[in-house]
Amino acid sequence: MRTVAVVGASLAGLSAARSLRKRGYDGRLVVIGDEPHRPYDRPPLSKEFLAGGMGEADLALETDDEDLQAEWLFGARATGLDRQTRTVRLADGRSVRADGIVIATGAAARALPGTDGLAGVHTLRTLDDARALRDELALGGRLVVIGGGFIGAEVASTAHGMGLDVTVVEAAPTPLAGPLGETMGSVVSALHADHGVRLLCGVGVKGLSGETRVDAVLLEDGRTLPADLVVVGVGARPCVDWLEGSGVALENGVKCGADGRTSLAGVVAVGDCANWYDPVAGIHRRVEHWTGARERPDAAVAALLSGGAAEPGLPKPPYFWSDQYGVTIQFVGHSAGADSVTVEEGSPDDRSFLAVYRRAGHPVAVLGMNQLRLFTRWRKQLAAATTFPAMSAL
Amino acid sequence: MIPACRLADLPRGEAFRLDIDPPISVFHTDDGEVFAIDDTCTHQDASLADGWLEGPEVECPLHASKFDLRTGAVDAPPAKLPVRTHQVLIEDGVIYVQPSTDAPNLPPCVASRLAGGAA
Ligand SMILES: Cc1cc2nc3c(=O)[nH]c(=O)nc-3n(C[C@H](O)[C@H](O)[C@H](O)COP(=O)(O)OP(=O)(O)OC[C@H]3O[C@@H](n4cnc5c(N)ncnc54)[C@H](O)[C@@H]3O)c2cc1C
Ligand code: FES
Repeated sequence: MRTVAVVGASLAGLSAARSLRKRGYDGRLVVIGDEPHRPYDRPPLSKEFLAGGMGEADLALETDDEDLQAEWLFGARATGLDRQTRTVRLADGRSVRADGIVIATGAAARALPGTDGLAGVHTLRTLDDARALRDELALGGRLVVIGGGFIGAEVASTAHGMGLDVTVVEAAPTPLAGPLGETMGSVVSALHADHGVRLLCGVGVKGLSGETRVDAVLLEDGRTLPADLVVVGVGARPCVDWLEGSGVALENGVKCGADGRTSLAGVVAVGDCANWYDPVAGIHRRVEHWTGARERPDAAVAALLSGGAAEPGLPKPPYFWSDQYGVTIQFVGHSAGADSVTVEEGSPDDRSFLAVYRRAGHPVAVLGMNQLRLFTRWRKQLAAATTFPAMSAL
Repeated sequence: MIPACRLADLPRGEAFRLDIDPPISVFHTDDGEVFAIDDTCTHQDASLADGWLEGPEVECPLHASKFDLRTGAVDAPPAKLPVRTHQVLIEDGVIYVQPSTDAPNLPPCVASRLAGGAA
């Protein structure tokens, strides 16, 4: 393999580039990213960076003296992939021909249809988004957050800390029910009320009002929420449009095997855009968490370099964290198949507890609120149990 | 030399946090070695004593950067700077720590708080 092209220059792309070098690949390495910035960290964009407690330099994912001997193409958007010649086409007319390709184009924030061009309406995914939102938050006023998921909740928490009057609108009856289940979703989202942030559930948004700038959010039940600023946090869609027609199988992102291999030889996909097969559950899962984008590229790079000869290992149960209102929330595993959830330590009322999700008596997921030490131990146990096939088959 | 705890009270795989400023943690590895490093992760305000000890490394309980207990070096982001290591002495079953005189690599949020600024 003489040339490897990594498409997407964020956490998953950088992690893949690092793994390539670490695993001894010494050929040409081209990293293509459509943003103008060097790789930066996204989690602080809804937290410390948004609040102003962290500067742009602190977001850098590379260390000062790091040199991967790579050609970095910034501001370069991939528009296509030719399977015959394994060539990545760029929007500016250039192209990069490679023997191996790592797809790491991540995901983009979903927008509300029909809100284009209305000032005061934000989504949050990129550094540029965060800069724009931070500047407007500094002016204060009434913020309506559409979507009570993790990013919406974190923005609400940060904005509340900056003195804004905040309302969160969630279409589902319980926020976070998808990742955490109904019971724990309502426990975690109770943090809003603890801090005087209004949470409206089970009501959809009909539209926004305003001529050039938003002035209110119109709800489906007829209510109107006056707003100086709106943040839309309704999830993200994988950035895989550029792969349409390339022969790379797409299904909720790039459809991958258990080690990131795609339907094309010599092409792997990692991070938020990649829908990896989970051999334990027997289904594909697109995991959109920081730790997955940081750890999984190494397995994909191993598969790429070995030409697929390496047996994929079992995946670690996915882990993510969230910081809201000064509370550290941590979660590992999958709540979907659980038939029970029990609090094993502390108490939800104190916003400090650990809960274990079980299926047929076996732990499948763990949630911690301000329980770092205990959570870490459970996370370790769960990883050991899941990567041991006999137990996980239960 | 600061006394930390008795070796007998620190089982393998466990950590003991010395609440000095900045805090230092003593780790007893599964191989029976004892190391002391700064307790605060260099990325953000997390206590490494709450982390995941494996071999001669501790994984931060928040965002999973790993620190080498022997050198303080960090393996991968989000943390970018090493933690300080401190000399350890075990005498009469008691673990003592000699704090390093180097400047600590405190995370931005903690550093600004210590400097009297807003966290
Ligand atoms: C505000 C925010 C807060 C978050 N907080 C947390 C948290 O607390 N905990 C947690 O676990 N996770 C969190 N996450 C999720 C985490 O940041 C992501 O899982 C991670 O960034 C995924 O990395 P990635 O490299 O796969 O994708 P991305 O970070 O999305 O990077 C993909 C890159 O590819 C580029 N790209 C896209 N299309 C093209 C193209 N055609 N050509 C070239 N380049 C392209 C994009 O511009 C982008 O730079 C958060 C995310 C956001 C946005
Ligand atoms: S606080 Fe340790 S890695 Fe982030």
